[in-house]
Amino acid sequence: MSTRIPVVEKVLSANDSVAAAIRALLDERGIYAINLMASPGAGKTSLIERTVAALKQEYGIGMINGDTSEAAFDAERSQRAGAHSVHVNTGGKCHLEAAMIRDALALLPLGEIRLLIIENVGNLVCPSSWQLGAHASVLIGSIPEGDDKPYKYPKMYSGVDALVINKIDLLPYVEFDMVRFRRGVETLNPGLVSFALSCRTGEGLEAWLGWLRSKLA
Amino acid sequence: MHELSITEAILEVVLKHAAGARVTAVHLTVGELSSFVDESIELFWSELARGTGAEGAALHFRNLPGTLRCLECEREFPIGSPDFRCPQCGSTQAVPHGGRDCFVESIEIESPEEVPRA
Ligand SMILES: Nc1nc2c(ncn2[C@@H]2O[C@H](COP(=O)(O)OP(=O)(O)O)[C@@H](O)[C@H]2O)c(=O)[nH]1
Ligand SMILES: [Mg+2]
Ligand SMILES: [Zn+2]
Repeated sequence: MSTRIPVVEKVLSANDSVAAAIRALLDERGIYAINLMASPGAGKTSLIERTVAALKQEYGIGMINGDTSEAAFDAERSQRAGAHSVHVNTGGKCHLEAAMIRDALALLPLGEIRLLIIENVGNLVCPSSWQLGAHASVLIGSIPEGDDKPYKYPKMYSGVDALVINKIDLLPYVEFDMVRFRRGVETLNPGLVSFALSCRTGEGLEAWLGWLRSKLA
Repeated sequence: MHELSITEAILEVVLKHAAGARVTAVHLTVGELSSFVDESIELFWSELARGTGAEGAALHFRNLPGTLRCLECEREFPIGSPDFRCPQCGSTQAVPHGGRDCFVESIEIESPEEVPRA
């Protein structure tokens, strides 16, 4: 004889509680955090370098970089740009989890940080399932990835608070139907704030920086 | 690899609710958009559950398709529909509807009268 007990609990509820604790800590320390997600090569580290270069005189910036290996190139790039950086080796996992952020925060000088940027593992599927306690989830889509990505990765596109469309300098060279792309985004995430820009030329960066400043003011 | 993490999380939820009792079955609801694959969860499950109160427990999956709901005609349709076009009225105005989450719905435990607990 066995007894059936109803549970109805979200599988990731434990991660969600750690994320909530992180959010409380960040709020207490006056830190605004963004969780930056994108496929590999979309320009996460490039956007962080640009952002750090532009804002470091105004705000202390911290950076947590998640990678599936020990190679800390991206954290070094952010460090050189002027951020306090921590590299997290996810041990093969394709996403960051809240517990990894909690541990990484212990290695950062929180008193000197106003903006925390978390560079998630390059992946359009998994990171969206794990809350990290950040105030905003930001997705970077880039022109060479193609205009079909919202249709192929609906969960990622529907769960974010801001969208950066990077590499617009490549629009003349790549087939990319911006209307189709934006229609997919609008279906999944009506009214989503978005910034079309190029980390290479700097075009469009001001609007992104302005949005960030408005969050930090 | 994310099924390793998700299976760890499933086991944690299951053991918490079993409160020490032996678990014989676990009923999961897996939304298509949660991106978790049944077979990979099974694979990690037998490894992770070994030596716990849920060792050997059978996993039962209920899969929920990822869907959109048409804002024009209310029809619910698969998220794989090309350009998110409603198959009924052709509108592309739709909102995400079903299949985002992964839940432990229920567990089955051995009844206390059969296995007396200390
Ligand atoms: N043409 C062009 N290349 C870019 C742009 N932003 C980044 N890249 C390049 O894209 C590649 C990947 O960038 P990276 O920031 O490392 O991507 P990540 O993997 O998302 O962190 C690098 O070679 C960058 O120089 C852009 O706006 N335009
Ligand atoms: Mg990078
Ligand atoms: Zn319709």
